[in-house]
Formats: sequence, C-alpha cells, structure tokens
Amino acid sequence: MSNIANAFKNGKAFIPFITCGDPDLETTMKIVHEMQDNGADLIELGIPFSDPTAEGPVIQEASLRALNAGTTTDKIFDMVIKLRSEGITVPMVFMTYANVVYSYGSERFISKCKEIGIDGLILPDIPYEEKEEFWDICVKYDIDLVSLIAPTSEDRIAMIAKEAKGFIYVVSSLGVTGTRSTITTDIGALTSKIREVTDVPCAIGFGISGPEQAAKMSAHADGVIVGSAIVKIVAQYGKDAPSHVGEFVKSVKGAIS
Amino acid sequence: MTNANGRFGVHGGQYIPETLMNAVIELEEAYNHYKNDPEFNKELEELFNEYANRPSRLYYADKMTKDLGGAKIYLKREDLNHTGAHKINNVLGQALLAKKMGKTRLIAETGAGQHGVATATAAALFGMECVVFMGEEDTKRQALNVYRMRLLGAEVIPVKSGTATLKDAVSEAMREWTSRIADTHYCLGSVMGPHPFPTIVRDFQAVISKEIKEQIMEKEGRLPDVVMACCGGGSNAIGTFYNFIEDKDVRLIGVEAAGRGIDTFETAATINTGRLGIFHGMKSYFCQDEYGQIAPVYSISAGLDYPGIGPEHAWLHDTGRGEYVAITDDEAVNAFEYLSKTEGIIPAIESAHAIAYAMKLAPTLDKDKIIVVTVSGRGDKDCAAIARYRGEDISE
Repeated sequence: MSNIANAFKNGKAFIPFITCGDPDLETTMKIVHEMQDNGADLIELGIPFSDPTAEGPVIQEASLRALNAGTTTDKIFDMVIKLRSEGITVPMVFMTYANVVYSYGSERFISKCKEIGIDGLILPDIPYEEKEEFWDICVKYDIDLVSLIAPTSEDRIAMIAKEAKGFIYVVSSLGVTGTRSTITTDIGALTSKIREVTDVPCAIGFGISGPEQAAKMSAHADGVIVGSAIVKIVAQYGKDAPSHVGEFVKSVKGAIS
Repeated sequence: MTNANGRFGVHGGQYIPETLMNAVIELEEAYNHYKNDPEFNKELEELFNEYANRPSRLYYADKMTKDLGGAKIYLKREDLNHTGAHKINNVLGQALLAKKMGKTRLIAETGAGQHGVATATAAALFGMECVVFMGEEDTKRQALNVYRMRLLGAEVIPVKSGTATLKDAVSEAMREWTSRIADTHYCLGSVMGPHPFPTIVRDFQAVISKEIKEQIMEKEGRLPDVVMACCGGGSNAIGTFYNFIEDKDVRLIGVEAAGRGIDTFETAATINTGRLGIFHGMKSYFCQDEYGQIAPVYSISAGLDYPGIGPEHAWLHDTGRGEYVAITDDEAVNAFEYLSKTEGIIPAIESAHAIAYAMKLAPTLDKDKIIVVTVSGRGDKDCAAIARYRGEDISE
C-alpha cells in the first residue's frame, strides 16, 4: 500500500495545494510546515508551468510569479529534500503539466520523485488514453499517477476508476480551477459510480472556496482538495502568508472532520 | 497517415484534460461519419465554390520568374478566397460539421486575425454565436481584423495572460471549451491541438494541393519540382503538401518565421530551434527552455508567432520527407515589398516568408524546374505594420 493511503486513515482527508516558489521557495517551505501542523493529510505541490491550460487566473498568475522569481524543477526537488529532512512526514504529490515531466526526461523526473520522498504525481493534461508512457515508469518507481474523473466522464468512469492508484481526483465542475460560489454537479452520483468499481479513495477538487463548501463536498467523498483559495491567500499576504494559510487549513480540516 | 490514436510517428495524441475527452471523441465520431457522407461533401463543395470563390487560381508569376532568372514560379492564390486567406477552407468544413452535430456556438483562437475573421464569417453565415480569443498584443498589431470580426457579429476577447499572443489565445480558447462543451464547438485554426483536429484541419485544407495538382497538370502537363508554403502551426503548408506526399520527386518545403534570426531568442522557428515536447494537446516540437517552460516566441508575423508546429509536420521532418527552413523578419518584409512591386500582389506577411524563400531558391534551380508557392493570404491587414517597420507611421 502506498503512503498516500495513510492520508485517508484519519477520517475525511484534507488536501491543500500550493504553487511552489510563489512568492519564493522559502515561503513555500514555511507554508508546507503550517499545512502539516494544522492537519493537512496530503499536500499537493504545484510545479509552475508557463502555460497551465487547466488553471483559472489565480493559479495562472501564481505560476507566472513563481517562474519570474526563478523557480525551477531542480530547485523544487531540493526544497522537498529539505522539507523531508525537517520533519515533514505527510504524503506529498506533485501537480504539474506533462511537458515539465517529459522535458526533464520522464524516467529521470519520476525516479527523482521517489528518491526525494514524493508519493504521487498529478498531470491534468494526461487523460486515460495517454497515461501509459508515464504510468509504466511510475509503477516502476512506486509513484502513484493520480487519475482524474470529470463531470463529463460518464461512460469513461469505470474504465478510468478500475485502474486508478493512490486516490482519484474528482473534478467537481466544468471549466478550469478557481473558486466558485456554487457547485452544481451531482457529485454523489459521480462518486457512487466510481464506488461500483474501486475502493481507491476519492478526493474532490476544483472550485472549493472554504470550510462550508468543503464540508458539503466531503459528504460525497473521502477527501477534498483546495487550491485557488489558498493561492489567493498567498497572493494577498506574500511572504507573510504562512500563518494565514495555517489558519485556513485548520478551519477546513475542522469543518470536514 | 494517422494511426487510430491520431499519431504521426511519435507525434500527435490527445494530451488534454479529462473534461474534454468525451468532446473530442464525439467530434471524431461525427467527423468519421460525415467525411464519407455524400450530402455533407456536396454541401461543403458548394460552399467552397459558390461562397469562398474556389478553386483558387494557380498563377504563373512571369515577371518574378524572369527577374529571378531560375525555376518557373507559380503562385497558388489562396489570398483570393473569400475573407482573404486559406483559413476559410477549414472553417467552412468545421462550421458545417458543428452544425450537423447540433452545436450553436463557435469559439476560436486567432493570431493575425485571419482565422478569427473566417470563423466569424462562417458563424454569421450559419447563424451561430461566435467568440474569438486573440492575444492583446495581436489585437493591437491587427486592429483592422478585430473590427472585421466585430462587424461580422463576433465577440472578440483580448487575452492578457502570458505573452498575450497566439499561444495564449489557444490556451484561453481551450479553457473556455472546458467550461462550455454541450453547445460549443472549438473551431481550431491550424493542424495542431489534440486528435482529431490535426487530421480534420488537414483534410479540409488538402483542397489546396488537390487543386494545385489538377491545375499544374493542365498548365505544364507534369508535377512541380517544389511546393512550398509558410509554416506556423502549419495548416496552409499541410494543405499545400498533402496530395504530394506520395509523389516522392516533389520537394515539400515549409518556411518558418526566424524573427530576428534562429540564433537569437526572438524567433518562432520551431523545427529549427525547438525540441520534442507535449503542449496544447499534442506531442510535437516546441520552442521551450531546459525545464520545458514554453518560450516566448517572436515574429513580425502574428500568424506565425506560435511556439509549436503541427504533429504531421514534425513527422514529415523526422522522416526527411519535408524540409523546414527559416526566413527572418527582414527577408519577409523585403519579399512583401518585392511581390507587391513585381507582380502587383500584396501578400500577407505570413505568406511573404514563403515568397522570400522562393526568391532564394529559384535562382539556384534550372529554368525547366517548377516551384509552386502558396500565397496563403493577402496583405492588406499588414500594410500599417510594415509601414511602421520601415519607419513610416500611417493610420489605418
């Protein structure tokens, strides 16, 4: 069983996301500590990409800030090594785009993930049909390549869920990442279709803005993912963001527990 | 040329969010049905001929040929199509397909504005809603085309993210499609993006080489020695090449935009400076840095200002069947002026890249050789920008 499974052992899992290097990697490290200290069960570390086609404006802008600050894949690897040596034990996954991995050399990238203590990989531009070239390497190095299921997946759900590892990223809404005032998708129907074929935990993401919505969503799943709402806090407070993120994580974890 | 998963060698594929997968599958199924439907093809041919002014002329450029003193030069006049460029071929095909699929709304990206104008035109014709995404930088470079799109009833959304050029317009159109799929068709403008777009767009543009073949057989009784076209994403180039791919004696030359030079960072010559990557739904060659961040490309031409190239071109390059050369801003502007003065034809600055390479190549070939250059669009839209390039400020 992978380390990711541990994230789903303490009731509903809370999975916060952060864009690495926004505004700088030192702040990212402090934020990760705050996240762990305040009850995050799994942390999604975003490696910034120049043209993130699945992201809304909040994460697009954060990615740009991070890249302009000189953030690179290698510097993020070094940061993860430091975090693990400083006592970060919570499971961590990278979320980035296919070209960041492919361009680095997929095997070089994925073996490095294993070496530094990363547990999984989320690539939003790799659908089921294209996963093989990454999947086989991930299996070799015991990294969970996370499968995504969307409100439009319909007849594809069983096919995707059957092979899923780590957890299933259930996309709550059409469109790109970003907070939404309401989520109209019938999430319950989506997750029960998934449940028919697998026991792999389901975490819901896209558009979850705060504790209330997180609580509502968590009724239908094993965990919730919050990205843009946290990245917004970082955009607002910059280097002073860690404690604010910590409070936010605490409030969401409290709401879904 | 393509296998079942839309691969051209290692290139192509469907690297898109799960949210869009059923949409591209639906599109592929519809296309596979309608491409063999006689009724669909009859309607499309009628649109091509009666509405878009096809077939476009194959014009023997006598003065240019004599002036350069080498191979005979023919110009494939896609600039004479309705809306002034080859883009209309693809758009009429996709809009008709979208209509058959029951879609009521077209979205598109545009660089120079030619594809946006063509999409707005088709939307007006078919009574569909139309939204065009255009890099903010390009809306300034191509203000006239922005007005044309609005005149045709389309909404033009300036894209401010990233470099505010064509690649960002593509990203934004993809994002929009992810949020609204049921009634919306993404009318992609080039032979790029996820399968089945590179195949669909190629098939609709292949009319260019089909006509060249018939016209040159009629005029010369033989196939040309070279066909060439400018190449950004590569839709007019693949249209020019497609029916000659199996004719191994015909050289296929794609002309990329070198910008300020392929040894500078200010270039958009993907094959000449890029490397293999995954972006905008496809595996192909891309201009990128060592960490896979997409490079901010540059060309004087808004239509060639794209950091990638269609997967079929990447494959033609890999197999050696296609040759991909690069032309600088300076050379393209010279060619823009040269063709205007020599033949009385003002080419689009994109097409001027192909003209520029023809000017280099023709004198090196014997007089009995034949070159066909596709003039993908007309240059009215570029006059103000070229005047500025020459230090003259004119208002449009």
